[in-house]
Amino acid sequence: MGRASDLAPGEKMAVEVNGRSIAVFNVDGRYYGLLNSCPHRGADLCRGRFLPLVTSTMPGQYTYDTGRPLLACPWHGWEFDVTTGQSYFDPAGTRGRPYTVEVENGALVAEELRRGSLDLTPAQYAQATAASGRAGERVPGPYTAETVAVCVEDDYLVVDLRPPRPAPRSDRTERQPTA
Amino acid sequence: MTTTTAAPAWTGPVIDVDVHANVPSAEALFPYLARQWVDWCTERNWKAPQGPTVHYPPNSPRACRPEWRPADGRVPSSDVDLLRAHVLDPWGVDHAIVNCYYGVDSIRQPDWHNAMASAVNDWLVEHWLEKDSRLRASLVLPARDPESMVKEIRRVGSHPGFVQVLLPVRTDALWGRRMFFPVFAAMAEHDLVAGLHYGGTNDGVPSTTGYPSYFIEEYAAEWQAFGSQITSMVAEGLFQAVPDLRVAVLEGGFLWLPAWGWRMNKDWKGLRREVPWLDEPPFDVVRRHFRFSTAPTEAGPASTLERSLGWLRTEEALMFATDYPHAHDDDLTRLLAAMPETMRAKTMSENARHWYRLPRRG
Repeated sequence: MGRASDLAPGEKMAVEVNGRSIAVFNVDGRYYGLLNSCPHRGADLCRGRFLPLVTSTMPGQYTYDTGRPLLACPWHGWEFDVTTGQSYFDPAGTRGRPYTVEVENGALVAEELRRGSLDLTPAQYAQATAASGRAGERVPGPYTAETVAVCVEDDYLVVDLRPPRPAPRSDRTERQPTA
Repeated sequence: MTTTTAAPAWTGPVIDVDVHANVPSAEALFPYLARQWVDWCTERNWKAPQGPTVHYPPNSPRACRPEWRPADGRVPSSDVDLLRAHVLDPWGVDHAIVNCYYGVDSIRQPDWHNAMASAVNDWLVEHWLEKDSRLRASLVLPARDPESMVKEIRRVGSHPGFVQVLLPVRTDALWGRRMFFPVFAAMAEHDLVAGLHYGGTNDGVPSTTGYPSYFIEEYAAEWQAFGSQITSMVAEGLFQAVPDLRVAVLEGGFLWLPAWGWRMNKDWKGLRREVPWLDEPPFDVVRRHFRFSTAPTEAGPASTLERSLGWLRTEEALMFATDYPHAHDDDLTRLLAAMPETMRAKTMSENARHWYRLPRRG
């Protein structure tokens, strides 16, 4: 969807993917994606604020967890866990649609664009990502996409619409987890 | 409902959770007061706290059912024999909870205020609880001062006849405020129900927005005060602080509750960060911690009563009350007819038996 450097911490944007509007957030260097439509009344979640999770078991005693931000819908303030899309007050009944947003090496993005990203099987994906280098030693990929200008030296934000991937390999440390 | 027989609508066990004892005169309390406070009353020719005469103008049609008004001029419901003849015997009640709203909280002198509350409680024990084993009673508390309230609970709260604390619904401060937490903790410790009852200090404005001009406004709109108190108790985390607390809403009505619950649940979803201890929908907290007396019943048209009772979404919410000697003209037959069969027995006795831990009578 674009260069990782274009979405600074605290910023958010909505991107159109396959006809769907997806809200993408950079919260302190972590990237989150949600279908840009609140499951309650369809508000643009992209306009919501991130607020630390606050819990309590006794009046006056608070746990204020800045490490676990919740997205508050701009219309009614319902809070959502962006990693799962679950609403905070009604985990069973109200759920947003989360998307994985990852930072990927330009070479990999270029390869996926060339092949058509939806075509990769898990095995092909593992093979492709295994070649994408280790932290601090990015290897320029051999392919250049013709239809989309992808600069292989940059990191790109990728919204993943596919089924869950195989567990990441331990040597792929340059990829940031989403939660 | 008549004076001599129970309503044909119900022939099973009956527990009446709201019957009133009226202190007939200040002199009736003198045996329970230190000389200093007797003199305090007589030096001033003080006759009674002012609150109740405002809440219940003595000759108002609401204050006493005509057939319950003693012909000899005595104060209605000022003697256990009147209660026996009018309610306990004809209704065949298992138990009745005596509530004495004397209006102690309209006395400001703090020490006299405390002494009067204790005197009313001692009078209740001798003239009511010890006169009829069917009776239980609510403690009267000096409601202006949390510390004094706790002291009075500790003084008499263990008496087996006291099952509840009478909390006037109109107060200087909302009951959910943290300064009252120790009072509610003391109630739970003594296994006493918090009985939120019509009435209270007449210092404050009875509505939420200024003084009304007529009694009908004050009386019919009192549910606003009940709504404010319930909102306060739920939102401020009273039930997280005192998880065993049981509350009875007495003479407050109950069909305003679904609208209150829907609104509270709706706003809680978006505002819960303010009150993070409130970790479930407010209406659920009320269903678990509150019961409501059936008098007065704001029943509405017969054609909609069954539906509106269903909005409570629980069969445990209601407890039958005559509110003797007050006159509400409630139609018990119609209320019971609108309930599922299983809810009738619960409403007439079982919910109260459970809430007040009352024994089953042989």
